[in-house]
Amino acid sequence: MSVMDPTLEEVKRKAEGREVLLDLENVSLSFGGVKAITNISFNIKKGEIRAIIGPNGAGKTSMLNVINGFYQPQEGVITFNGEKRRSMKPHLAVSQGIARTFQNVALFKGMSTLDNIMAGRATRMKQNMLWQMLYWGPAQREEIEHRKKVEEIIDFLEIQHIRRTPVGTLPYGLQKRVELARALAMEPELLLLDEPMAGMNLEEKEDMSRFILDVNDQLGTTIALIEHDMGVVMDLSDRVVVLDYGRKIADGVPEEVQSNPEVIDAYLGVSH
Amino acid sequence: METLYTVLIDPFVQMFAMPDFFLQVLWEGLVSGVLYSLIALGFVLIFKSSRIFNFAQGIMVVFAALSLVGLHSFLVPYVGNQFVAAAIAMPLTLGIMYALAMGVERMVLRPLVGQPDIILFMATIGITMFLIGFGEFVFGGENKVMITEALGIPTGAIEFTPFDGFLLLEEKDVFAVVMAIVLVVSLLVFLNKSAMGRAIRALGDDHTAALSVGISLSTIWVLVWFIAGVIALATGIVWGARAGVSFALEVIAYKALPVLMLGGLESVSGAIIGGIAIGLLEKIFEIYWGQPLFGGNTETWFAFIFALIVLLFRPQGLFGEKIIERV
Repeated sequence: MSVMDPTLEEVKRKAEGREVLLDLENVSLSFGGVKAITNISFNIKKGEIRAIIGPNGAGKTSMLNVINGFYQPQEGVITFNGEKRRSMKPHLAVSQGIARTFQNVALFKGMSTLDNIMAGRATRMKQNMLWQMLYWGPAQREEIEHRKKVEEIIDFLEIQHIRRTPVGTLPYGLQKRVELARALAMEPELLLLDEPMAGMNLEEKEDMSRFILDVNDQLGTTIALIEHDMGVVMDLSDRVVVLDYGRKIADGVPEEVQSNPEVIDAYLGVSH
Repeated sequence: METLYTVLIDPFVQMFAMPDFFLQVLWEGLVSGVLYSLIALGFVLIFKSSRIFNFAQGIMVVFAALSLVGLHSFLVPYVGNQFVAAAIAMPLTLGIMYALAMGVERMVLRPLVGQPDIILFMATIGITMFLIGFGEFVFGGENKVMITEALGIPTGAIEFTPFDGFLLLEEKDVFAVVMAIVLVVSLLVFLNKSAMGRAIRALGDDHTAALSVGISLSTIWVLVWFIAGVIALATGIVWGARAGVSFALEVIAYKALPVLMLGGLESVSGAIIGGIAIGLLEKIFEIYWGQPLFGGNTETWFAFIFALIVLLFRPQGLFGEKIIERV
């Protein structure tokens, strides 16, 4: 047993010692008669990388939409940072420290990389509207401060060279990176990544994996990610929750989940 | 043969024979063009940030001007001085436009979020009807005179003698052009430099993404409708100074439609250039072609016909990008 390869017990112990950041209890979400999420409970602990996996249509993205307030679940209790949530709106989620990226990149395509990332600091702008409209005094000083922070993020993700490029013209892999940068600009406590490597080639995937680990490690951000590439999921995540048809079918460290027969059935199909 | 001469040769002969008069025509065209641009800008801002074609932009011009004049005449007996009254009426009118923006957001836009565009368009027609009725109820339906003097707008005229001829610029027109330029430049700086402006552009670009970075829809909508209100007030003041304040002013807003067809609903620079182009062309056409050929009064329809002809050859408008559908 080498130092680089911790045992299953060690991994589990590490996970148990952490504080819970987000807790979902019996959450259900339906659209009309269609049940997207049925009675799901799981938690995300501070500082971990938590993967949400499952076949297409399992309710993974709906789950993220519930967490950041795009959808209102009909049932269940959500606790974030020890506080029970009543109703949620995306901009409130952001100000509480939840940022996200999207499955299909949702960037401001006509705006430059810099403007896109600066837009990520919308809720951190403290000066009132009048100052901002005049772009004078405190508002200008504030803008400069935010600009500094944004430049740090740009350095961190190695996108200095595309600072002024309109993001619509960038290759897909870079767009995904700009989207990550914009989410980081919100300085989130919890970062939700919806398929951060979808449509990427091997090299881009390796870059993105490195950035995700760096964010988690150096910035201490808790990350919840949806991903289809099982190799990536097993390498990156501390714990994995598996959904199928809107239900939770497994939850645990990658090794446990991988060997769970229900998970294997869900992915490969069962013969009856 | 004679018609051909009137259409193809005579206008240009006249332009060269009387260059001072031609300059005068250009100036008149520029002044109305600048005002069309302002109105079109009001449309563009609201469309960009909320995908709503705001039919009420025209009546907002009237309503803003009416409020200013109405408040002023109400205040004069109390404060005794027309300049002081104007100084109080101006911020009060801005307050009314802000209240209108809040009201529209709270009572019309918010309940209709996510409805089809046509429903929101109908709702802005509703706002138009309301403002007509409410404006008449509060300020009365009779024509009013813009408080040009109390606002300190110059009323004289400047004379030039270019090409040994004669050119007359009315000072209130010069004021209109200068004010429009200041307004447009500050708006562009605001949109491109400030955080709020960035949020407006972001919202116009991608709704979902804007929500996810924490931009609040309601704040931006109120802000955008308020800016449209300020533009309406500015247009109302200068147009009111030229033609008086009445509900007939509303129709000038429809001149913004061909401007938008040319410039595109989403382009700020398109609105500016389109407005000036329409203003110049319709004036030149009226003087050199309209009067000899049609007996004048072509300004009411020229812009629309012109826009139709342009659209025949460039369906995407003058500044729109060609849409190539990938199948």
